[in-house]
Amino acid sequence: MKRRNFIKATVLAVSMAAIGSGGYAQDKGPIKIGVLHSLSGTMAISETVLKDVTLMAIDEINAKGGVMGRKLEPVVVDPASNWPLFAEKARQLLTQDKVSVVFGCWTSVSRKSVLPVFEELNGLLFYPVQYEGEELSKNVFYTGAAPNQQAIPAVEYLMSKEGGGAKRWVLLGTDYVYPRTTNKILRAFLIKKGVKESDIDEKYTPFGHSDYQTIVADVKKFAAGGKTAVVSTINGDSNVPFYKELGNQGLKATDVPVVAFSVGEEELRGVDTKPLVGHLAAWNYFMSIKSPANTEFTKKWAAYAKAKNIAGHKDKPLTNDPMEAAYIGMYMWKQAVEKAKTTDVDKVIAAMGGQTFTAPSGITSTMDPKNHHLHKAVFIGEVQANGQFNVVWKTKGPVKAVPWSPFIAGNDKKKDEPQGKTVIAK
Amino acid sequence: MRTLLIALWLFASGAHALEAAIVEKLAFGESDEQVAAIAALVAAGDEKAAAVLQALAEGELQTAGKSVLIVKGEEATDAVTGAKVAPLPAEREDVIANNRLRRELAGALAGLKLISPQREIRLAAAKELAGGADAAMLPLVKKALEKETDAELKSMLGQIAAAMELKDGSKEARIAAIRMLGGSNNPNTKMLLLSVLEKGKDGSFAEPDEEVRRDAQASLRAVEGRLAWGERLGILFTSISLGSILLLAALGLAITYGLMGVINMAHGELIMVGAYTTYAVQNLFRAHAPGAFDWYLACAVPAAFVVPAAVGMLLERSVIRWLYGRPLETLLATWGISLVLIQTVRTIFGAQNVQVENPGFMSGGIEILVGVVLPWSRIVIVLFAAAVLTGIWLLLTRTRLGLFVRGVTQNRAMASCVGVPTPRVDTWAFGLGCGIAGLAGCALSQIGNVGPDLGQSYIVDSFMVVVLGGVGQLAGTVYAALGLGFANKLLEAWQGAVLAKIAVLVFIIMFIQKRPQGLFALKGRAVEG
Amino acid sequence: MGPIADRIASAIARLYGARGWSTLAAFALVLFVMFPLCNLVVPPGNPFYLSAYWVTLVGKIMCYAIVALAMDLVWGYTGILSLGHGLFFALGGYAFGMYLMRQIGSDGQYRANMPDFMVFLDWNEFPWQWWNSDQFWWCALLVVLVPGLLAYVFGYFAFRSRIKGVYFSIITQALTYAAMLLFFRNNTGFGGNNGFTDFKRILGIPITIPETRMALFAITGATLIAALLLGRYIVTSKFGRILAAIRDAEQRIMFCGYDPIQYKLFIWTLSAVMCGIAGALYVPQVGIINPGEMSPANSIEIAIWVAVGGRGTLVGAIVGAGLVNGAKSFFTQAFPEYWLYVLGLIFILVTLFMPKGVVGLWSQWKNRSA
Repeated sequence: MKRRNFIKATVLAVSMAAIGSGGYAQDKGPIKIGVLHSLSGTMAISETVLKDVTLMAIDEINAKGGVMGRKLEPVVVDPASNWPLFAEKARQLLTQDKVSVVFGCWTSVSRKSVLPVFEELNGLLFYPVQYEGEELSKNVFYTGAAPNQQAIPAVEYLMSKEGGGAKRWVLLGTDYVYPRTTNKILRAFLIKKGVKESDIDEKYTPFGHSDYQTIVADVKKFAAGGKTAVVSTINGDSNVPFYKELGNQGLKATDVPVVAFSVGEEELRGVDTKPLVGHLAAWNYFMSIKSPANTEFTKKWAAYAKAKNIAGHKDKPLTNDPMEAAYIGMYMWKQAVEKAKTTDVDKVIAAMGGQTFTAPSGITSTMDPKNHHLHKAVFIGEVQANGQFNVVWKTKGPVKAVPWSPFIAGNDKKKDEPQGKTVIAK
Repeated sequence: MRTLLIALWLFASGAHALEAAIVEKLAFGESDEQVAAIAALVAAGDEKAAAVLQALAEGELQTAGKSVLIVKGEEATDAVTGAKVAPLPAEREDVIANNRLRRELAGALAGLKLISPQREIRLAAAKELAGGADAAMLPLVKKALEKETDAELKSMLGQIAAAMELKDGSKEARIAAIRMLGGSNNPNTKMLLLSVLEKGKDGSFAEPDEEVRRDAQASLRAVEGRLAWGERLGILFTSISLGSILLLAALGLAITYGLMGVINMAHGELIMVGAYTTYAVQNLFRAHAPGAFDWYLACAVPAAFVVPAAVGMLLERSVIRWLYGRPLETLLATWGISLVLIQTVRTIFGAQNVQVENPGFMSGGIEILVGVVLPWSRIVIVLFAAAVLTGIWLLLTRTRLGLFVRGVTQNRAMASCVGVPTPRVDTWAFGLGCGIAGLAGCALSQIGNVGPDLGQSYIVDSFMVVVLGGVGQLAGTVYAALGLGFANKLLEAWQGAVLAKIAVLVFIIMFIQKRPQGLFALKGRAVEG
Repeated sequence: MGPIADRIASAIARLYGARGWSTLAAFALVLFVMFPLCNLVVPPGNPFYLSAYWVTLVGKIMCYAIVALAMDLVWGYTGILSLGHGLFFALGGYAFGMYLMRQIGSDGQYRANMPDFMVFLDWNEFPWQWWNSDQFWWCALLVVLVPGLLAYVFGYFAFRSRIKGVYFSIITQALTYAAMLLFFRNNTGFGGNNGFTDFKRILGIPITIPETRMALFAITGATLIAALLLGRYIVTSKFGRILAAIRDAEQRIMFCGYDPIQYKLFIWTLSAVMCGIAGALYVPQVGIINPGEMSPANSIEIAIWVAVGGRGTLVGAIVGAGLVNGAKSFFTQAFPEYWLYVLGLIFILVTLFMPKGVVGLWSQWKNRSA
């Protein structure tokens, strides 16, 4: 009996949803917002918190009266770290739920998977994570860093006197596209700066690698040949065993500093940072940045985490760079909608260029008028014993993103704006 | 650095009062000013200056408004005057040292400590300098060498001085230096000796004298030989360490699957439960007994056994019990269990990793040769794996429960006939396997991440180990785990981590072709059963 | 004329009874009439309109159903549990993906006449794996040949060495795991972790227009029905009974003078080929193939579809694939935070209370009411 009721309820819910989605007129009622972050599977570890911060921003905006007098209504789905499921869910959000905008994705492959869907259906995606560049789509706004907003300043810093004047480089990453691309750009950059090929060592480990004994021993051996720095693009989960090994084998930051591009406050949550003090990370935001906007942001997050009982964050609230990028994205979209006075995708895209927002990083971030990337300041932070970062260097002001890195052959010919939708000949 | 040490040399004996301006520069200045301030403080050379530098190195230097304080716990002293400051000002900020500053500090402190009366402090300082000392330190090192009476320290200081004299100095001094270096274990020496043998762009040697070069060659060979040994020892250890981890992860499965025939896809999740139990115990200690924090593992190990064992027994009673004789269906049910366990942990603890801190005695490592560090955590895990293995072996061969388990494995019907309570034995055995999985989780929490997906990364490897070893054979599991550890590490040193892993998998496939029942096959009728 | 017609008639009668055939006809009607009508003819906004979302979703699930059928043939009927069927599926997908990548032509990000990832890696010519990949027929051939050959060689050695039961399962798992790591490497030449995506055309026709999508959908549906009938044909033949005999008592069948290796090898290879074809149909519909498809967990899931539906009944495999994937699609939307509980509990409850799967429950219920 119960079972049958359940089925009935399910069928009812499905049909209601189907009718509901078509029923509303476009410009009344709430504005639907898609949230496309993995809540299960391997990426849940990083993405869950982005879902939460997006919901927090939506709550905030709603509390202040919504957008153009209309409330925002989040539609949360779980693509479960499964790339084909990402494409399916994106299509579902755009065609079934008819959302006006989607905030989502973390990995490059998930973005690549949904990209054709967004281009086909002319949707709008805000992507909040640092990535390898080499892409520019009309339908995507990239609020994370491009390589020139993260990797290159970090390496320049390590080469400087202040950063220790590194002469030899270990480029260490997980074997996939982001590390490979970043390392390719860095290699070209280093060689241009006069570093010898023999002074660069590129190393890769498989996904989910957890045994870094050999790698750390190799780094030590390599470092015996001169002042060495390690550039790590190790993917989320492998970082904890890597840093634990580093600490236990006694490789200190004063001898061989490690700068990471995928390690933030959240990743260090799982590590005892006392042996790691002085290792570096390059981001466009750190939780420790002192600015009124950041104080407010971190306070709001702490209160939200407590109110919503978010496991982990309710006891120890942490914010990080992708969370800030997601937060900026939400507000910029709101401003653009208000400027365009509609949620129509093309008009919002047109209104996005030139939007500014006082980001928690204390910088006024501007959306580039052309290339769909944010102008962001770059910060380099050293790990502290309490798991936070101490900013030791920052750019003078915001840096414009260069998605087509000049260090990759052929990119000099690329236009710094999305090219019109490819017209496919029949 | 150079200026700093010359300053140190010149003013080492002077005892000035600390200048407020210098301390302020150290606390508020840009990093160039801070470096200069360190030099000036070293020049001051008295205890107060050393205390300020030490405080900065240990993160105890704080500022409150315009004053600079050294804060230790709840007590603060003014860095300039040395006067006690009470009560603590509410608004304080840390003076944070970056890497450059920390390096300068380490050098300065090492210089100051080289003439300390305590042997351990001198030894630590000498080790610090051995890592790469500036030539400007030579007079200081020589002075310390003259005063030094301890044989070990004398030889260390000798090597440090030798390294510095390699470039300059008379021929005799150079040869003496090179011979001295031949006895060193430090990988940096190799680079130093190589630089002697280097040819310049015009084809001339950096070292003009042939005799010196010959000596350098000999010393280089000696050093290289020792370094190669160090490296081999390193690979040996990493292999054993990886093998012991694989063994721990697979041992529980060897019981639940190997002896009982339950394809337990939730095995990885029981490892995870063990790791989270360790985390919870650690948190309890941190909250209620911070003084005994280093001993939390003493509680965590039994807890990490009991909790997963209880979960396992519950699962056995409620689900798996009904599936005996349908082994492949246990795969389906336990897969479902694993999904539920993952999501439960995610709901309770959050999706992100949690931090499990090593107790003090497990952090850091022992340096068997310079450059070859065996981390304590890994040494402890190797021993732990051995202990668990011994425990299981004793349990299976020396206790009544073990006798029953073996009996039920060999012939369930017969065991039942002679009065073995087979259902109860099943529950206990399954609980035992799950408890051992939990112990593996406790060990893994010390070296890896603790997150909801922890188990997923070990389940495939665990099954490989058990099957490669031969189902139903503990000895096989041990050999397979160690074998895979060695194969993985040797190949990794040769071809990189990715190809090593692929090669090992292919090797497993080939090996099973040769021995379709694993390393240690069961013989007799049970085989085709 | 006569004898052939008779034979066809007897085969038809052998495969299914009248009820079976009419159910199948109804199924075909839904696939080939209702879906095209509701998707292409009915205008959007009409309550009967089916959007592209449903077409791709059902298309995707039908691809999974073909894989489940293939799995059922080796597991349900022959007793060989493969934990590596995802590999064959992915290989078929990659083989056809190569063709789709070539069809992008110079419309990629770099506007080069090569897949983007190759331009990025500074490759000036196609590596050997890509030989002739701009030809549809060649890639279609690869879809069958690559999984087929791999399965044949692997099966030949494994069955000859008499690797059985869980040992076989684990080495298939090792195989797919190794292949996944291999394909993750950029240097393997298949786009690394990003795999193939952003397809534009197929046979020169844009891939995103509704007609192409519907054509792919219909082909998938036809393949599924064909696979079902082929499977049914095999399991109702003498060959099929020998397979079942191998599953139940391999030694006895050997003593009767049969060589189980040949039978196992045939069904194993056929199953791999079916997976390859399913993969090839899957890729253009979901728009991405990456090494994640080869992860051991995916292959375990395939076994779970079959178990949920009912092992040893071909319809069960299809029902299982549909139910599990349908539930996954629904629950990830309806209860994004709790769907794993629901799915996990379904697996546990199905095993405990429906040992013969959902289809078994149906017949149980029928028997009881009868």
